[in-house]
Amino acid sequence: MTENPEKSENPEKSMEPENPEKSMESEKSVEAVEPVGTRRPEIRIRDLHKSFGDNQVLRGIDLDIAQGEVVCVIGPSGSGKSTLLRCVNLLEEPTRGQVFVGGTEVTDPDVDIDAVRRRIGMVFQQFNLFPHLTVTENLTLPQRRVLKRDKARAAKAAAENLERVGLSEKAGAYPSSLSGGQQQRVAIARALAMGPRVMLFDEPTSALDPELVGDVLAVMRMLADEGMTMMVVTHEMAFAREVADRVVFMDGGVIVEDGTPERVIGDPAHERTRHFLSRLLDPARAQVEEERNQGLTGGSP
Amino acid sequence: MTDPTAQPAPTGASAFEVQPKKKGLTRRQKRGLSRGVQYAVFVAAVAALAVAADWDRLRNQFARPDIAERMFPEVITLALQNTVLYTVSGFTVGLALGMVIALMRLSSVGPYRWLAGIYIEIFRGLPALLIFIFIGVAVPLAFPGTEIIGGTYGKVALALGLVAAAYMAETIRAGIQAVPKGQMEAARSLGFSPARAMISIIIPQAFRIILPPLTNELVLLFKDSSLVLFLGVTLAERELSKYGRDLASTTANSTPILVAGLCYLLVTIPLGFVVRRMEAKAQEAVK
Ligand SMILES: Nc1ncnc2c1ncn2[C@@H]1O[C@H](COP(=O)(O)OP(=O)(O)OP(=O)(O)O)[C@@H](O)[C@H]1O
Ligand SMILES: [Mg+2]
Repeated sequence: MTENPEKSENPEKSMEPENPEKSMESEKSVEAVEPVGTRRPEIRIRDLHKSFGDNQVLRGIDLDIAQGEVVCVIGPSGSGKSTLLRCVNLLEEPTRGQVFVGGTEVTDPDVDIDAVRRRIGMVFQQFNLFPHLTVTENLTLPQRRVLKRDKARAAKAAAENLERVGLSEKAGAYPSSLSGGQQQRVAIARALAMGPRVMLFDEPTSALDPELVGDVLAVMRMLADEGMTMMVVTHEMAFAREVADRVVFMDGGVIVEDGTPERVIGDPAHERTRHFLSRLLDPARAQVEEERNQGLTGGSP
Repeated sequence: MTDPTAQPAPTGASAFEVQPKKKGLTRRQKRGLSRGVQYAVFVAAVAALAVAADWDRLRNQFARPDIAERMFPEVITLALQNTVLYTVSGFTVGLALGMVIALMRLSSVGPYRWLAGIYIEIFRGLPALLIFIFIGVAVPLAFPGTEIIGGTYGKVALALGLVAAAYMAETIRAGIQAVPKGQMEAARSLGFSPARAMISIIIPQAFRIILPPLTNELVLLFKDSSLVLFLGVTLAERELSKYGRDLASTTANSTPILVAGLCYLLVTIPLGFVVRRMEAKAQEAVK
């Protein structure tokens, strides 16, 4: 742990703590004036590399995400989507390159990473609720231990955010008694209760039964409408089309395509993107095509 | 002897017996015969014991109501109470030390890991008795003038704690490692420092997992507290074993030992029952 009071103050100041509602309010008014993209970037990623031993997983990622922007990251399994997301809040230490969140360099070795992480919410594929705590305690404990909020303040924020995800009636339940969709919504509420300015989602609906996906996506759509800056790794193309301001297609540790959903999903410029999308939208046909292609190349000497 | 439960459980077993039926006894008959012989031996042994034993002498030696009566209430208020006190203090020291060693064992700092490993190897490899002798004899000789705080109670707590810590450290480490990695990641992503995440999120979950083995350790310590015998204790510091032995020699009768033994079982059997209940519950939760 690096004890550096000056630095640790930094993210707090630059990130206007303690009043997410207000900052959202002001963001909304900004939105009316400026189009997405000209606003100052909330997340800035520069020449990001990450290797696990010899395995180069990220090979030079550059990406800017503006305040209030929703960016969906798509790509085949193993292309480094999770790793990219985890580098933003330093769950993985980048091998090279820089990441800025809200003007603070996350990758600076002297930065107080715990202070930065308080302002970056993360939602995992496997929910990762704390099973020994009730739903309310899941929301209040981080506020009390990390933000040092008093009991009443934490309870208030917990109740508000459970209400937002539509789970007020589950306040006293334990996670194991909830459905996957409910657990994921609690996980979102837990992150929101910390008052983050950025939310990261790593395949938040991939572990859910199909009929439960909708509720979680609805909560995410609500967040997007409220002006939350979001980075979402997902395979839900309908969601990406409808909610994302931008879609980023990754393959082999680089960004292959980056543009509006209409462009990247509707009219991809690269063969790799087309191939990925066709597999995703129609796995059976893509399989046949692939075999035919292999047959052709294999047959010709 | 051919009750249905005695049959070979899976019908698939017969599928392996491809060869035609041998002459003589079938498998089922053999099994029945073997059972019959075992019961017969058992009954014969019990009968022989009943006839051979000098019951009057035994009752006189082990179950004299007057001697047993004289032990009460002291055997509870003094001996059992001291046993519990020694056990709990040893368990507390062992738990605290075990926790530190477990965390050292999981540290990213090499020397901490090695030190913890060495401690565990040494103290798991030594007899508890040797450690009691070490605390009782070697320490005062080596460091004359130093006094272990708490007198006998402090010595017992230390000796039992040193032994227990080695076992508990391994148990606690396994418990911590059994908590899914996602828990630490979720805590860290919320801004918990590693230490705070460990304390508020990981360790509480680890303890749920290791409650049965820790309770088992408590039972072991409860029995090991009898080693205090070798420290030399005052009358007021006697626990069950010493108390029983003293009384047995003054009365020249074994009844006190039987009573002391029953007092141990009064605690260990219910605890063992609790452990099995917890284990069964945990098993169910996994399914
Ligand atoms: N902690 C780790 N240690 C070693 N290798 C890792 C680690 N995490 C990820 N990898 C490797 O990095 C590569 C990319 O993983 P990543 O999880 O980022 O892919 P992804 O795009 O999220 O895939 P998926 O869609 O399957 O989640 C994989 O080859 C994986 O094996
Ligand atoms: Mg992934």
